[in-house]
Amino acid sequence: MNKQGNTYTIIYITALVCVVGAVLAWVSLALKPKQDENVRVDKMQQMLSSIRVPSEKDNAIALYEQYVKDSYVVNVGGERIDGDAFSIEMSSEIKKEQSQRRLPVFVCEVEGTTKYILPVYGAGLWGPIWGYVSLNADGNTIYGAYFSHQGETPGLGAEIAKPKFSDQFRGKMLFKDGEFKSVAVLKKGQKPAGGEDYVDAITGGTITSRGVQSMIMSCLSDYQEFLKDLQNDKK
Amino acid sequence: MFSKKDKTVFFNPFSKNNPVIVQVLGICSALAVTAKLEPAIVMGISVTAVLAFANVIISLIRNSVPTSVRIIVQLVVVAGLVIIVDQVLKAYNYEVSKQLSVFIGLIITNCILMGRLEAFALANKPWPSFLDGIGNGLGYSIILIIVAAVRELLGSGTLMGYQVIPQFMYDWGYENNGLMILPPMALITVACIIWVHRSRNKDLQEKN
Repeated sequence: MNKQGNTYTIIYITALVCVVGAVLAWVSLALKPKQDENVRVDKMQQMLSSIRVPSEKDNAIALYEQYVKDSYVVNVGGERIDGDAFSIEMSSEIKKEQSQRRLPVFVCEVEGTTKYILPVYGAGLWGPIWGYVSLNADGNTIYGAYFSHQGETPGLGAEIAKPKFSDQFRGKMLFKDGEFKSVAVLKKGQKPAGGEDYVDAITGGTITSRGVQSMIMSCLSDYQEFLKDLQNDKK
Repeated sequence: MFSKKDKTVFFNPFSKNNPVIVQVLGICSALAVTAKLEPAIVMGISVTAVLAFANVIISLIRNSVPTSVRIIVQLVVVAGLVIIVDQVLKAYNYEVSKQLSVFIGLIITNCILMGRLEAFALANKPWPSFLDGIGNGLGYSIILIIVAAVRELLGSGTLMGYQVIPQFMYDWGYENNGLMILPPMALITVACIIWVHRSRNKDLQEKN
């Protein structure tokens, strides 16, 4: 058969792609459970760093069980609904109608006080950004925050993942005079118009910084009713 | 098992024909993953593995590949191997896989790979091709490791994450050089290695 002819070339390429495809499918299936486990441990580590608990890959599960006492799912109205909080992917929840969203809440105990970890998910410049914000028992003050990203520019947008940025959120208030205001991320020297608390944005990472601001605003505003209930319980 | 030619094929990439410092290929990843030693080593191993196996596979099928689509065939083979490496890293070394993120995928575009497949594997038997792949991969890794060691030591004061520069040095006013962490310093370090290498090997110097 003519090895340079069109028929041979097409058959050759088709066969090659099929073989490579089959091998890749097999590798992916074989390694999936191990990868899922890594993702699960990584998620625990992210949550732990939002409540200021440093963890290693090896002790993450133990620490998670030690600190996270309870987890449940609420809806936008703040009422509890059925579901497993840990397995909920925020990326798919934010695409749903607001009233359909399932919102996970993780209840932790740090040094004798109760903290609530809430996940946030949004868009940066190049891809998704996400994180965990932990609140004090008053349902208003931020205790800690953790952010991560898929592919923001190193040195610019990627700086949101550094403690230098996320530590700024400690002690900021989400509500002002009982109204949900979120936390603004602003250029140094600017003041927010609505009187809300604010942190410094990242120089050269304007779009990613805005992404963090709108991510916190939109994701945590879904929790408004839940947080108000927490505040009223206290009073 | 090792003929004279095999030895040349294997050892040449270490010095006289090093892919990074003589052919100046694969600079992009040398720049990106050398701020710390561990990702540099993993990157070196990954490139060596992909290069060796791609060379063998291409060499095995070299007589059946239609000339008009040989680059596509090479790309499919390399891309498949790179995805396998990426999946294995995600399963067994998640931390490093997160640090290397896109750079594993970018092995596909590493100039060394296409260069070796075109120049060597398409014209040689599997065994010499395998040695050529390993040799070039290691030649690449050595440079990456040297650059990463210099940058991590001067930039963070650590090697493989362990503190190397003792605390009393810091007490006396020594400071880590933050500049070393930034990508341009990788190029300057590579340039210094090229300089030393060329001054030791007179035959590499061009005559004006």
